[in-house]
Amino acid sequence: MAEEKKLFKVKIDNISVEVEPGTTILNAARQIGGDIVPPAMCYYSKLQGSGGKCRTCLVKVTKGSEADPRPMPKLVASCRTTVMDGMEVANITSPEVQEARKGVVEFLLLNHPLDCPICDQAGECHLQDLGYEHGADGTRYEFKRRTFDQIDIGENIKLHMTRCILCYRCVYTADQLTQRREHGVLGRGEHAEIGTYIQKALDNDFIGNVIDVCPVGALTDRTFRFKNRVWFLKPVDAHRHCDKCCGKTVLWMRGDEIFRVTARKDKYGEVEEFICDTCRFHTKDVKDWTIEGPRKIDRHSVISQGHYVGTVKPKETITDVLEGRQPRLLMDIHSVSEVNRPGIELSKIDGPAHSDDFKKDA
Amino acid sequence: MQALTNRVQPVDRRPLTLWERMYLPAIFKGMLITFKHIFQKKATVSYPEEKRPFSPVFRGLHILNRDEEGRERCTACGLCAVACPAEAITMEAAERKPGEEHLYREEKYAARYEINMLRCIFCGFCEEACPKDAIYLTETFAPANFQRKGFIYGKDDLLIPDPKAKQTV
Repeated sequence: MAEEKKLFKVKIDNISVEVEPGTTILNAARQIGGDIVPPAMCYYSKLQGSGGKCRTCLVKVTKGSEADPRPMPKLVASCRTTVMDGMEVANITSPEVQEARKGVVEFLLLNHPLDCPICDQAGECHLQDLGYEHGADGTRYEFKRRTFDQIDIGENIKLHMTRCILCYRCVYTADQLTQRREHGVLGRGEHAEIGTYIQKALDNDFIGNVIDVCPVGALTDRTFRFKNRVWFLKPVDAHRHCDKCCGKTVLWMRGDEIFRVTARKDKYGEVEEFICDTCRFHTKDVKDWTIEGPRKIDRHSVISQGHYVGTVKPKETITDVLEGRQPRLLMDIHSVSEVNRPGIELSKIDGPAHSDDFKKDA
Repeated sequence: MQALTNRVQPVDRRPLTLWERMYLPAIFKGMLITFKHIFQKKATVSYPEEKRPFSPVFRGLHILNRDEEGRERCTACGLCAVACPAEAITMEAAERKPGEEHLYREEKYAARYEINMLRCIFCGFCEEACPKDAIYLTETFAPANFQRKGFIYGKDDLLIPDPKAKQTV
């Protein structure tokens, strides 16, 4: 009989949990779940080496371990600090942590342009959620926000360097999922930016996953760019047979049109299984997919706004009364409305729509 | 029978008194009330010659605003549409091309923007939701129309005229 592994007993916000040695505080908190899980902007459980950069997961260690009960002098990043036996951690119960997190959010937002009305990530952006939950009402920064020249990194992925918070997740994704990494962080400090150095297109089979791992709107899907807002789309689980990846995705649909394909994300916003670029960018026909059903979205999310689930549609009796004759419509909205014209299928256009796409029909 | 509420009043079925049976005093009492109103302030105005002042928070027909340089403020962020309880607002966004900077304020704009005035309840939530100060409710009524199709307001109907273009004329 194999010797049973000794488990470390940790107390996070007065909730005890037993975890294996070598687990980080963040993962121990995730085993408990709920409100006490520190938010993470750069840590990604599926990417090795990620974490330790954004400092949003700071926690206070009030008791180092059973052997050395002294508290740690400073707040520690919970995604990089492993647990010790008998450790006691305070996250939401410590006002110091809350104050520090507020400061971190203010720092992250220093150079972040508040262009959420334009950004395609709005509604599923982790920085938006973090700012909403922990951030201050305004900024104290009085200088010009840092800006970058836009660079083109290919057909399918759009880079907005101004929105980047330098979490390095996309760099690890390219390292660990694709054959060759073609982008990285250039420059240092204030001048650090994600780039390809020499203007080069990101073109790898799994490179599309950088869109999903990006916590902000710095890397977005160019085939979906400005097509629709996420909260007007209906996410459905779907799968297809794919020889490169698992083929399990979420389709973001409106009617029968597929606007966007993403991987399935868990409650921490992390991808369950990475998907390939063929599934993500080039399979936007309903016929190619087997739809499993609507994806469950947290009801506090803006994405679930206006999605009426479980409604009972009353039976239309007028056709029975009129012996099968349809009632005469006072007005057919599609004959008047200019929006959603059948002539223009936005999801079929490769990039974002432009003024001439709309003039064609007029 | 047990009364359902304690507000039940029994009907007065006593025979009328002499004063009540005389009939005319009650008539004069009623007439007096009518004549009194002739000398009071009128409750009505003769619209449209005379108009009542609007409340400062009156919510009428929508407009889409432009900035000082005459560029459209709306970026088709969809917040008005998601805030709209009547689901009256629909839009389609497009990317600004190089050379269109004088037309649109941001790199994304509403190529199509439509308000169904038949659905609109003039609650003003769209105005509150707008992060770009693009949509405003004015003090104008939605005009009457014989046909329903006249109530689908597109961008041509909603957008205010370019202030710069007006100056040159």
